[in-house]
Amino acid sequence: MDIVAALMDGLWVAVQPHNLALAVIGVVVGLFVGALPGLGSVNGVAILLPFTFVINEATSDPAAPMIFLAAIYYGAMYGGAISSITLGIPGASTAVATTFDGRPMALKGQADRALVTAAVASFIGGTVATLFFTGFAPMLSSVALDFGNPEIFALMLLAFATFIGLGGDDIPKTLFSIFFGLLLATVGFDTISGEPRLVFFNEREQTALLETIGASTQAVPLFDSVSWFSRGIQFLVLAIGVYGIGEMLWTINESRYKVTMTETTISFSRIMAGIVGMKDAWKGTTIGSLLGFFVGILPAAGATPGSLMSYGVAKMTSRNPRSYGEGNPDGVAAPEAANNSASTGAMLPMMTLGIPGSPTTAVLLAGMVIWGLEPGPRLFEDRPEFVWPLIGSFYVSNVVAVLVNLAFIPLFLAVLRMPFTILAPVIFVLSIVGTYAAYDNMYDVWLMVLFGFGAYLLRILDYPLAPAVLAVVLGTTAEEKMRQSLLLSDGDFAIFWNPFFDRDGKGQEWWIAPVTTWIALILIALPIIIWAVRKMRSGSAAEA
Amino acid sequence: MRRAEFVTAIILALVSAYLMWKSGEGPEWDTEYIHWSNTGVNIDGSGPGKGFWPFYLALGMLISCIWIVINTIRRTSPPSRSEEPFMDGYAKKMLLLVGGGLIGFLILIDLVSMYAAIAVFILYYMLILGRHPLPLCLATSLVVPFWLYLFFDIVMTKVQPKGTRWIEDTFYNPAGEFFRGQSLIVIVLFFAVSGAVLALTARSARY
Repeated sequence: MDIVAALMDGLWVAVQPHNLALAVIGVVVGLFVGALPGLGSVNGVAILLPFTFVINEATSDPAAPMIFLAAIYYGAMYGGAISSITLGIPGASTAVATTFDGRPMALKGQADRALVTAAVASFIGGTVATLFFTGFAPMLSSVALDFGNPEIFALMLLAFATFIGLGGDDIPKTLFSIFFGLLLATVGFDTISGEPRLVFFNEREQTALLETIGASTQAVPLFDSVSWFSRGIQFLVLAIGVYGIGEMLWTINESRYKVTMTETTISFSRIMAGIVGMKDAWKGTTIGSLLGFFVGILPAAGATPGSLMSYGVAKMTSRNPRSYGEGNPDGVAAPEAANNSASTGAMLPMMTLGIPGSPTTAVLLAGMVIWGLEPGPRLFEDRPEFVWPLIGSFYVSNVVAVLVNLAFIPLFLAVLRMPFTILAPVIFVLSIVGTYAAYDNMYDVWLMVLFGFGAYLLRILDYPLAPAVLAVVLGTTAEEKMRQSLLLSDGDFAIFWNPFFDRDGKGQEWWIAPVTTWIALILIALPIIIWAVRKMRSGSAAEA
Repeated sequence: MRRAEFVTAIILALVSAYLMWKSGEGPEWDTEYIHWSNTGVNIDGSGPGKGFWPFYLALGMLISCIWIVINTIRRTSPPSRSEEPFMDGYAKKMLLLVGGGLIGFLILIDLVSMYAAIAVFILYYMLILGRHPLPLCLATSLVVPFWLYLFFDIVMTKVQPKGTRWIEDTFYNPAGEFFRGQSLIVIVLFFAVSGAVLALTARSARY
C-alpha cells in the first residue's frame, strides 16, 4: 500500500501543469531528436542537459529537470523507429533492429502500419517496464543498502563485463574502448591524494617544448602556465564529440547525402487499422517488453542489446523465421517494445545503485549529480519527493509519447524530407554551442571536436565507442571504490573475489562482492571460451 | 583498410605506452620524487597510489592493442580482411571539406563571435556542400544563429563568445539591451516571425 500511495502522490506531482508541460515538450523534442538520423536519445539528453539549469531555476522543483530529460529519453525511443522505417537508416543505435523489418514494410507500401506498430509496441513495452519498475525499484533499493565499496566496485566490473559478454563486438577493441574511457576519467586532479595526474602539456612539458623550438611563453599566447588538462576531461565533451561530431561525419560518409525517403500517407482510419493489426504482433511485443526490461536493468547493457536480443529471440521462436527481414510486424514490434522497456529498466540501476545502464542514463546520472541528487541505495529513502514524481512521469510520458507520436507522424515525415545538407550543419552548430554553454570555455569545444574526429576515424575501423562513453562516467566512482576497498584490505585483491576474506567486521553482505566478481569474470571469459570451443569444433570437423 | 587497422593499433599502442610512463610521473613541485613510485597497490599502508589505476588501465590498452595487431596479422577481424580502402576519394574530400569547415568555424568564433561564425559556417555548408539556392542559404544562416542567440544569450543567459571588443560594443551590447528589455512573449514572437520568414523562403525555393 505504501508503494501505491507514494505512486499516487508521484502521479499527482507529475501531472502538475509545469511538469506535464515539460513532459510534453520533452517528448516532442525527443521524438524529433530520435527521428533525426545521426542523433539518438543520448545526443538529445546530452545537448539539452545545459537547458535544464534554467528549468531547475524556474521551477525550484527537484524532479522537474529529470522529468524533462526522461521525457526526451522516452520520446527518442519512440522517434528512433521513424527514420528506421521511412529512411531506412536508424535514427539511433537502439532502432537498428527496427530497420530489419520496418524498412521492408515501408517498401511494400506499409509504412503507416509499421509506424503505428512501432508506436503501440513502444507504448506497451514502456508501460510494462514502468509497472515492473514501480514494483521492484524499492525492493532493489533496500537490497542495495547492503552494498559497500567492494560490492559497488564488483558491480562496476560486472557493468564492464556485460559490454564484452553482450556486445558481440570485436573483443580487443571493446576492451580498448573501456580502458580508454576509464583512463580519460582519471585526467586532472586525483580526488584522494589531491595531486595532479595525466596533466598533459603541464608547465614542465611546455618549457621543454618551447626551449626545443626556441620560443618564449609570451611569444606563444596559446600556452598557459596552468595546463587546461588539470580541469579534467568532462563527460559531455566526449559524449557530444562522439555522438554529435563523429556520428555525423560517419553518417555523411555512409549515406553520401543520398538519404532516400519513402512517400507514405497517414489518416485516422489507417492509424486505427494499424492499431487493430497489432494482434499480429503480440508475440514480438510480449518478448520485447519482458526481455527488454531484464536486459535493461543489467548494469551497462542498455536498450541497444535489449532490442537486438528481443529481435533475435522473436525470430528464433517464430514458426516462420524466414518471414523476418521481409516485413514481419513482429520484427518491428519486438525491438521497439524492447528499447522502450529497456530504457525504463536502465533507469533502475542508475537510480538505485548509481550505475547507468546505457550512455543516455549515464548522461542522466551526470545530470542528477549536477543538481545535487545522489543516486544510490539511499535515494528512495532520502529523496522520495524526487523519486516518485519521476516514476509517475514515466506513466504520463508514455501516454503523452504514444499520442504525440501517432498525431505527429505526418509532420515528422515532412521534417525528415529536409535535405541532409541543411540538417548536418545545424547538428554541428548545436554540438558546438551546447558544449560551450555547458563549460564556458573554448578548450572543451576544441577537445570535443578533436574527440569527434578521433571517433569518426575509429568508427571506420569498427571500434565500439559507447563503452568509452559509459566508462568515462563510471571511471571516477570505480576507481574511488576500488582504492577504498584496497585500503580496507591492505592491498589484498581477495576482498573482491574471496567470500571467506576477513574484513574484520567492516563489510556487510560479504557474498555479494565475490559472487558479482565471479559472474563478471565469467562474462569476460565467456566470449574467449566460446571462441576456443568453436576452434576445437572446427578443428575436429576438419580432421573428420 | 588492413594497413590502416595495423597502423592505428600501433599508434594506439605507442600512446598507451606513453600513458603508462606518464602515470608514473610525480607532481611538478616534488623534485625528489622517484618515477613509478606512485603506481604501487599499497603505499605506506594507505592503499594504492594515484598512478596505480591509470597505469594498469594504460597497460590494459597496450595489451588490447597488441591483441588487435595479432588479429590483423592473422586476418581474423573484419577490417583486416577488408580489401576496401580506409577512406575512398569521397570520404577524404568530405573530411577535408566538413572537417576543414568545422576547424574554420572554431577559429572564427574567437575573431567574429559565436553567432557570426555560425552564420558563416551554415552559409558555407549549405552553399558549397549542399548547393542550395542562395536566398535559402542566406535565410537559414541568419535565422538559425538568431534563434540560438535569443535562446542562449537572452532566455538562458548562457553568454557565448562575442569576438573582438569592437564587435561586442557595436552589435551585441545594443542588441542585448534591446532584447533583455522585452517580455518572453515578445521573444517568442521574434522566434515565430523569423521562423515564418525561413519557411516562406524555403517554400519559394520549392523545398
